Amino acid sequence: MNPLLQVEGLGKTYGNRLGCEDVSFELQAGEVLAIVGESGSGKTTLLRCLSGHLQASSGRVLYAQRDGRSVCLADLSEAERRMLMRTDWGFVHQDAREGLRMGVSAGANVGERLMAVGARHYGHIRSTAEDWLTRVEINRERIDDSPWAYSGGMRQRLQIARNLVTSPRLIFMDEPTGGLDVSVQARLLDLIRGLVRKFNLAAIVVTHDLAVARLLSSRMMVMQQGRVIETGLTDQVLEDPQAPYTQLLVSSVLQV
Amino acid sequence: MAAVLKIEALHKSFTLHQQGGVRIPVFEGLDAEVGAGESVAVTGPSGRGKSSLLKLIYGTYRASAGRIRVRKGDDWHDVVGAAPYDVLNLRRSTIGYVTQFLRVIPRVPAEVIVAEPLLERGVEEGEALARARHLLAFLNIPERLWHLSPMTFSGGEQQRVNIARGFAASFPLLLLDEPTASLDADNRMRVMQLVDEARSQGSAIVAVFHDETERHSVCSRDIALN
Repeated sequence: MNPLLQVEGLGKTYGNRLGCEDVSFELQAGEVLAIVGESGSGKTTLLRCLSGHLQASSGRVLYAQRDGRSVCLADLSEAERRMLMRTDWGFVHQDAREGLRMGVSAGANVGERLMAVGARHYGHIRSTAEDWLTRVEINRERIDDSPWAYSGGMRQRLQIARNLVTSPRLIFMDEPTGGLDVSVQARLLDLIRGLVRKFNLAAIVVTHDLAVARLLSSRMMVMQQGRVIETGLTDQVLEDPQAPYTQLLVSSVLQV
Repeated sequence: MAAVLKIEALHKSFTLHQQGGVRIPVFEGLDAEVGAGESVAVTGPSGRGKSSLLKLIYGTYRASAGRIRVRKGDDWHDVVGAAPYDVLNLRRSTIGYVTQFLRVIPRVPAEVIVAEPLLERGVEEGEALARARHLLAFLNIPERLWHLSPMTFSGGEQQRVNIARGFAASFPLLLLDEPTASLDADNRMRVMQLVDEARSQGSAIVAVFHDETERHSVCSRDIALN
């Protein structure tokens, strides 16, 4: 089977400073990969290169389209890349304000992505938006509210609805539960886990929280100083970590 | 009896980098074979690696050297060095594993946790839930708890949910890690009944049992770790 995403020798430098270096991996359809490591280890840089938000300095990313043909991300025109990000891909930012349009209503945030892929019928767009708000457990009566009037957890769920409404195949998440209360986190994680399974979504989740990785992912990549130092199934990496840094990371988790 | 599991020259050691690089050898050339319909007990003193052996077979621990071959249909797959995707496929179809503790997922009801291995195989939801409910009832979990998350269940109830999950789908190779610890006599007996049922239907069983009587009642042979 052709992998959904094929990453070869990806690297990014900011002047002399290293963002990430020589990252290679494959992602199958429906697979959830967690990228873990402490802040500054290059995981967000990597995610932004993978998703086309940043241009990589070296290496390449191949994506298998719905028709089975693989395209190199760097070869796409700006318009094609934007289309891909609006349809097949989603990106959930840690700060929902980056992923939402704060100036328009919640319903418009969801509907906008539908219109970008050609939906024109207002009634249909609105009912689909309502449907998605319900799926992410937002009361449909809040559809005309501005995201400013939403709590942090609700904004994050709205961002997820906005991303999933076009039935993407791959979703990138940058610390999706960062900055939320623990009780809100659990609800969000369970919601993400359910949606990923239901729609057979592939996902790449950047997190520094090993519990988040354990709950969501089947596979894990550990980064340190811009390099991938360990990979494996999530339970392998957490229960039988090999690299000194991974052992430190796993043993530093506080038990409750 | 056709072999289902073949362990050859298995080596495993742990290196503790955070504790001065101490190296702890666990297995140095272990060989074992288990056939379909056979039930084998892993025995040995505490700390000798009984649970570790199960985790190596399941692919959670990574072997240092050797082979752990598992038969799926007519093909043999080596767990050692297998790609993550292949290990996941083996876990879905071939290797079942009942751990000592339930990993609770917030908000997911007990009956869904039990049905999940079947849902992952593409079994239709109604059928999967029916099987889950049958097992929960058999293991004396009151019906009013089935649609609740096991988060707030007692230790024994959580363990029984975990066992129900382990037996929901049938696996050619089933790993059991002290499945009856912390259960009362009646529930122990029911678990033993499930184990024996799986074995008589052709599953190969590799089990760690704390209790000697239980071990002798289901297992015909030992893999002794000394």
